[in-house]
Amino acid sequence: MIAEAGLAALWFAGALAALQLIFTAIGIAKSHDEAMAAVRPVAVVQGLLAVAAMLLLITVFMQSDMSVQLVVDNSHSDKPLLYKFAGAWGNHEGSMLLWVTILGVAGGAVALLERRLDNRTLIATLGAQAAIALGFYTFLLFSSNPFARANPVPADGNGLNPLLQDPGLAFHPPTLYIGYVGISVAFSFAVGALVTRDVGPAFARAMRPWVLGAWIFLTLGITAGSYWAYYELGWGGWWFWDPVENASLMPWLAATALLHSVTVLATRDGLRAWTVMLAVVAFSMSMIGTFLVRSGILTSVHAFAVDPKRGAFILALLAIYIGGALILFAARVGTVRAGNTFEAVSREGALVANNLLLSVVLGIVLIGTLYPIVAAAFGVQLSIGPPFFDKTAGPIALILVAIMGAGPLMRWRRDGATEVLKRMAVPGGVALITLALFLIFAPGIGILPLLGLTLAAGLAAASVAPLWKRDLRRTPLFTWGMVVAHLGIAVSLAGMASDSAFTRQELVATRLGEPQHVGPFTITLDSIAPVVGPNYSALEATLTARRGDGSAFTLKPQSRFFATPATVTSESAIATKLDGQLYTVLGQQDEQGRWQLRLWWKPFVTFIWLGGALVALGGALSLLGRLSRERRAWKREEEALA
Amino acid sequence: MKRWLLWLPFLGFVLLFGIVTFGLKAPTDRTVKSAMVGKPLPDFTLPAIVPGKPGLSSADFAPGKPRLLNVFASWCLPCIAEAPQLMALKQAGVEIDAVAVRDTPWALRDFLARNGDPYARIGDDKQSSVQLSIGSSGVPETFLIDAQGRIIEQHIGDIRADDVPDILAKLRAAR
Repeated sequence: MIAEAGLAALWFAGALAALQLIFTAIGIAKSHDEAMAAVRPVAVVQGLLAVAAMLLLITVFMQSDMSVQLVVDNSHSDKPLLYKFAGAWGNHEGSMLLWVTILGVAGGAVALLERRLDNRTLIATLGAQAAIALGFYTFLLFSSNPFARANPVPADGNGLNPLLQDPGLAFHPPTLYIGYVGISVAFSFAVGALVTRDVGPAFARAMRPWVLGAWIFLTLGITAGSYWAYYELGWGGWWFWDPVENASLMPWLAATALLHSVTVLATRDGLRAWTVMLAVVAFSMSMIGTFLVRSGILTSVHAFAVDPKRGAFILALLAIYIGGALILFAARVGTVRAGNTFEAVSREGALVANNLLLSVVLGIVLIGTLYPIVAAAFGVQLSIGPPFFDKTAGPIALILVAIMGAGPLMRWRRDGATEVLKRMAVPGGVALITLALFLIFAPGIGILPLLGLTLAAGLAAASVAPLWKRDLRRTPLFTWGMVVAHLGIAVSLAGMASDSAFTRQELVATRLGEPQHVGPFTITLDSIAPVVGPNYSALEATLTARRGDGSAFTLKPQSRFFATPATVTSESAIATKLDGQLYTVLGQQDEQGRWQLRLWWKPFVTFIWLGGALVALGGALSLLGRLSRERRAWKREEEALA
Repeated sequence: MKRWLLWLPFLGFVLLFGIVTFGLKAPTDRTVKSAMVGKPLPDFTLPAIVPGKPGLSSADFAPGKPRLLNVFASWCLPCIAEAPQLMALKQAGVEIDAVAVRDTPWALRDFLARNGDPYARIGDDKQSSVQLSIGSSGVPETFLIDAQGRIIEQHIGDIRADDVPDILAKLRAAR
């Protein structure tokens, strides 16, 4: 019954999305007020129905209802409760339902909360949202029904891929999806504004919190995904330039550019066409991300159960939405009045440079990700990995960091080059001192890590500089947000550079009690013992580690054997210290009875994710600041009317 | 700004769409073909791994009669699946040599005792170096070697029952 109720909710939601689109079309084309008035409530109910469907799917997973095919394929009654819950979206159908649920909720929220945007533009925006939702409901109902019954009903399910049985699953996909889908709201705003030719500061202010919100979640999702891959896959790396990682990075890059250009539009009424373009590009990137993950067109660590037919469906949706939006853009944006202009040396100028460089990085990542497909067209098989991306995107990202330091210290509209250089004196000095220190005390580290450390120090100084001589209590929250986010980038960059410059790695075969060394640590294998988990058995090594003469601590890496499905995974053990992480992985036993151990000492690697969290925190502060200012402005307008 | 410039993003998207559609339509062939097909076997010498059975070197191949070079390992499940077909080929008079990849003598002895031993020689390829030099990226793979010691074909994956007649025909043709 629950499954049928879920399916019914999905059908109703789909029908309401169609209705929402029709009302919008009639309302906008014929200026029909009643049709327009119906759009908002329909959007809210559609969102509620999508939520109901998702909750019902979670219910069948929690109950381990083996009469539902999706539960059979992806769950098992022995599975811990958290993974039964998160397992609802740890598969294709469930994750697409989550996608459309978040889309529905976002649409409903726009309908309920947005008050300052021109009504016609808002209705057009909700119409665009309905069009996107309709496509995904169709996809779910006709090719990926999550509620399909199993016949015959098996005794138990196939279990969930063990790599996914991790708290990361409960967190990583939903945050990324909220990010992806949040960007769809920005896209819908852009389409709505193009339809009514109303691209201006009001539109930018309406769009900005959505872009910010989506961007915060993308940042968190990518940061969490990176840490998850780092400890779960046991390779000791935190970014692999895997196609699916790139698929999440590309929308983030586009959203970061959009975030900055929308500020120019909201504050100075400049960059109108560019901002609209970026909103379309950002959503294209999240659609392409979804497509790459779901079609299995590229080999990837994320290629769990893929299906080219579903890929074709998503591709068709992508063609309709993005192709349509770009045609609308080409046809309409020429008729949008040009915005304000500005001097090259100005805050806007720096933001434009930021946008261009972000776009170049985005282009590099896109080309690098899709190039294997192009090469295949000419009969060449190849894969593109870290050497390409590090050499191309790396240097540009470093230039971007340098501009990032200078931008916030510049004035809007027009500034003098010498004044800017003066304001950059302290951060520049910090960077130079850092460079000198590393050249003297750590000679021989690579040029990119060295530049990374130098620029990270300079950026850290530059990003707190806007607070200089300011009354900190009266500094607006969004300025704090910018400071914290930029500082976060500096922290993260320092972690990346430190990891690639100073990591020590050892692969050893050791007997019990034999001391091994990595970096400043001495590590001995004390024992190997079998342990039993809720749905796996494992061999667990007990390692004692000690730095110099310091106190000893224990690490317990495991090699796990899962029965359903039959898989071996290695569970790394990581000791986090203030200045980095000791990372250990248990391998196999060799012919002489020695155990393989992989040992890494990674100084300050934690800064990578700490920085990511700071960036997201900065976004959150900024969002709070903007929302409270919007609220005050709206209240003033209400009072003026009353 | 020129009006036509505004169409550039759309054109870029059409290009992207074309590429991706092609990628989706193109058969996804994930196997890695050896670049050595059609070329003579590279020089190598591998020690014996099982007592009483000689090791393998490239000199064993030419000149002689066409034969099979099977790349396998005792730890490989599809290798167990293809063992009966290799035995059938041996019954049909085919000489089969093997490269055992990253294996140990005792594990291999067990494997041969359990699944049959179709091999004339087995070379011990501890580091996969010979495997890689002939362009094999996984186990099992089987190379057809002609009478002059040239690789004429690479069979990727396990040999199924319906592959056997085909392989026999090709070996006959390579005489």
